[in-house]
Amino acid sequence: MDRIKFLGDVKIRPTLIQLLNLGMIICSALMIWKGLMCITGCESPVVVVLTGSMEPGFKRGDILFLHMNKEPIRAGEIVVYNVDGRDIPIVHRVIKAHERRDTGEIDILTKGDNNQVDDITLYSGGQLWLNRHHIIGRAIGYLPYVGYLTIIMTEMPIVKYLLIGVLALLVITSEE
Amino acid sequence: MHSFGYRANAVLTFGVTMLALMCFLASLSDTFTVPTTSAEVKILNINWFQKQANGNDEVSLTLNVSADLSTLFTWNTKQVFVFVAAEYETPQNALNQVSLWDGIIPSKEHAKFWIHTTNKYRFVDQGSNLKGKDFNLTLHWHIMPKTGKMFADKIVMTGYRLPEEYR
Repeated sequence: MDRIKFLGDVKIRPTLIQLLNLGMIICSALMIWKGLMCITGCESPVVVVLTGSMEPGFKRGDILFLHMNKEPIRAGEIVVYNVDGRDIPIVHRVIKAHERRDTGEIDILTKGDNNQVDDITLYSGGQLWLNRHHIIGRAIGYLPYVGYLTIIMTEMPIVKYLLIGVLALLVITSEE
Repeated sequence: MHSFGYRANAVLTFGVTMLALMCFLASLSDTFTVPTTSAEVKILNINWFQKQANGNDEVSLTLNVSADLSTLFTWNTKQVFVFVAAEYETPQNALNQVSLWDGIIPSKEHAKFWIHTTNKYRFVDQGSNLKGKDFNLTLHWHIMPKTGKMFADKIVMTGYRLPEEYR
């Protein structure tokens, strides 16, 4: 009597619970991410190193933890910045800083540790300096290798789709 | 409950959690080191001191940098990035920091060093304020760990002065 399966019988309650579980997982992940954004004061509190311009300190595939506060930006700090018009963040070190007395605005020049020349050719147009509003955050911590998965997923999107497909399959089929 | 999938999942989760914990502990151990460092920078020569076509002063120096940073190295240290910056103020700018030379110390054996060099990066002012300017030379270091938090500190050396006239 209790387990008679009818044709076309959709088990509503277990399916809803499944969906709810999935929703909870996605929501908690989002909450953690947004929470990190608030705590660190950065739009992207974690970035993946994409190039070898900071070797041997940071290699491609390492991840950096960022933090941003009102403290003035000083020479030697490793900053992540976006150039006007491009949205690939660059992680380099500040080698020159000029802080204006009246406005408190700061002119910054950066350079990758492993590069021969400074970043002036990377800045857009005839721009000679970076300012505070270009800086997304300062690097304060580091983990090696962890970001390589993100690089693979960006450069070979098929891996991303495969991974999502497999995960979705596992969620749907893991009822017991 | 005892399928391969569940077991693999449990092992993987535990493994990743343990790895993350070890990285955190490794970084934590760095906070217990109390370093004693020493540094000295001598300006051997002012090679030239000119005003450029765009109105900015530029000076070329030959420096002698010697330092002992070996107490900074722990088992969690990958490398120490060290640089010497000239720091001064001008009527327009409250602070100017210009990096003159930097280097990477890959291990404790190289941490006690002595280098004789001209400035690696151009010492250019924003404007023409360098004549007779008093400035500090600060040796900064950034400890880059194998995993975890990065630390930075510096030694400020005062008492340097640029010539009154161009040469």
